[in-house]
Amino acid sequence: MPAPLIEMRGIERTYVMGDNLVHALRGVDLTIDKGASIAIMGTSGSGKSTMMNIMGCLDQPSKGSYMLNGKDVARLSKSQLADVRGRMIGFVFQSFNLLSRTTALENVEMPLMYQGVGARDRHRRAMAALERVNLKGREDHQPNQLSGGQQQRVAIARALVTDAPVIMADEPTGNLDSKTSHEVMGILQGLVAEGRTVILVTHESDIAAFAARVITLRDGLIIDDKQQTPVKAEVAA
Amino acid sequence: MNIFTTFKLALRALWRNKVRTLLTMLGIVFGIGAVIAMVAGGQGAQASVKEVFQSLGTNVLIVTNSSTQSFGAAGGAGSRLSITWDDMTALEAEVPTIKWIAPLLQARNTQIASEDNNWNTQVNGTTATWFKIRNWEAAEGVVFDEDTGGGNAKIAVVGRTVATQLFGESSALNQVIRIAGQPYEVVGVLASKGQGPMGDNDDIVVIPVKTYQQKLSKGLGKYIQGQLLVSTAEDNQAETTIAKITAVLRDRHKLDTTQEDDFRIRNPAEFAKAQQDSTERIAMLLAIVAAVSLFVGGIGVMNIMLVSVIERTREIGIRMAVGAKPIDVMTQFLVEAIVLAAVGGALGLLVGYGAAQYMADYFGWKFFFPADTAAIAFGVAGGVGIGFGLYPAIRASQLDPITALRYET
Repeated sequence: MPAPLIEMRGIERTYVMGDNLVHALRGVDLTIDKGASIAIMGTSGSGKSTMMNIMGCLDQPSKGSYMLNGKDVARLSKSQLADVRGRMIGFVFQSFNLLSRTTALENVEMPLMYQGVGARDRHRRAMAALERVNLKGREDHQPNQLSGGQQQRVAIARALVTDAPVIMADEPTGNLDSKTSHEVMGILQGLVAEGRTVILVTHESDIAAFAARVITLRDGLIIDDKQQTPVKAEVAA
Repeated sequence: MNIFTTFKLALRALWRNKVRTLLTMLGIVFGIGAVIAMVAGGQGAQASVKEVFQSLGTNVLIVTNSSTQSFGAAGGAGSRLSITWDDMTALEAEVPTIKWIAPLLQARNTQIASEDNNWNTQVNGTTATWFKIRNWEAAEGVVFDEDTGGGNAKIAVVGRTVATQLFGESSALNQVIRIAGQPYEVVGVLASKGQGPMGDNDDIVVIPVKTYQQKLSKGLGKYIQGQLLVSTAEDNQAETTIAKITAVLRDRHKLDTTQEDDFRIRNPAEFAKAQQDSTERIAMLLAIVAAVSLFVGGIGVMNIMLVSVIERTREIGIRMAVGAKPIDVMTQFLVEAIVLAAVGGALGLLVGYGAAQYMADYFGWKFFFPADTAAIAFGVAGGVGIGFGLYPAIRASQLDPITALRYET
């Protein structure tokens, strides 16, 4: 049996906020296999954002071990962590987080720049990624010329252009209407079908319903971890 | 990320804020421009002072009749005659450090004419020795020799400007010019010396001193109605020569210890040196002021880069999220600052070049473009970019990606 993609043991994260010590995570154990479709749920303050930050290598645990693809990433330097992020993780954010006044194509190309991919290769891969999210023909549009759903699809293209095995989606449908949400969830489910691991972070149970496994956090601890049959998103024709 | 891509990103980011970029750049443009213009101007001014000094001839002293003091009103140098032609002979014989000595009688604003043209110039009456003191040779024809210089023939040696004004393209040699109604034969045209302390060196006519006395002055008198030019044998003999001349003249003029000198000895070298020193000091001051303005320009760059980092916090967060390392972010902002400063520096070079040329024209200096200073200034511009861009760039690179991603603009 191959090693799991993500293996977290005894993860704790404490912040100092003013004079108080905030325990955002109090000892989390979690194993995620490659190709999984998983939703992390919890109310605000449950620690799910901290969880996502640590899983996405944006943050580091105060205590515990985190093996990502067999490599311990809990004690890496900022620079090494950035490198791991670039290669292993693709982010999709609630607010899209595209660079303004920059075309869709350039936005998608950006992660490849930091991996030193040449201009021609970058262009080819970014075009393929945009095509994958049905945005062929929109590559020269800037974010303000695109609808919310289209912007989120650009962001997904940006997340998958690097062939990162893990896609982390933080409330990916939070700013979208329900029809567009379904489109976006359909694309994410498609990625799972291709063998990528998609981790959804959400507080909405109907979004979590699209995942095959739902983990619920409260007060920095996992209180529930259940498998389910995911709802199939109807992809708009 | 490769450096080419980084430059492209930097240019694009700067292009996005054209007005701001331009305004920030202006600080550098004027800083660099001022440094170059000031250094160029300083060098031009010093060179022209030096030229003045050299055009006077080195090791030259000027002996003049002293000014009159009648009822407290000074009559100007030479207004009371005291130096005689015999004094000149005596000085030549008794002061061993004198190499050459020549009388110089001058009539400024004298109208002269050729067949077709006329011109207003300065007429000098002197001897053959004067040409040696001034180290001045004829480009065409000859200057005076002992015989012609000491005689009273109506011959003239003219400067280049005079030759051109009177005869245009054709040669002035052997032509006749009229000075105060009298015809003179041009026996020589002097080599061009260009601009001097009193304006154009070449705007001059030289005739034998005896001819001058007879035709332009009051005839052959006892006193020298002008000045004596003395050239010392060696550079360092000015002091001793002045002392010796003073002693000889005081003795000949029978002045007792209570009486002041009735003559004056000037040392143009000293004057030139003083002028050169003050020019140098002013040039230095101006260069410092220019450097300060460059420094202020650099602070402008830093200020804008800091604002830019804050404005683009979110962008920094996004870039970090997709794999930008701190060094990538730092490089990006640093390269932006460097490009800003370097382009400003390049424009500053042009501005400085133009200003230097304009100043040279305006003040009649020789145009200098200080290539070494330009190179240094350009280097400094790059340095300003690095120096003042580094702190904002480091701040950008130290941002926490999570905080940066959440930053609301």
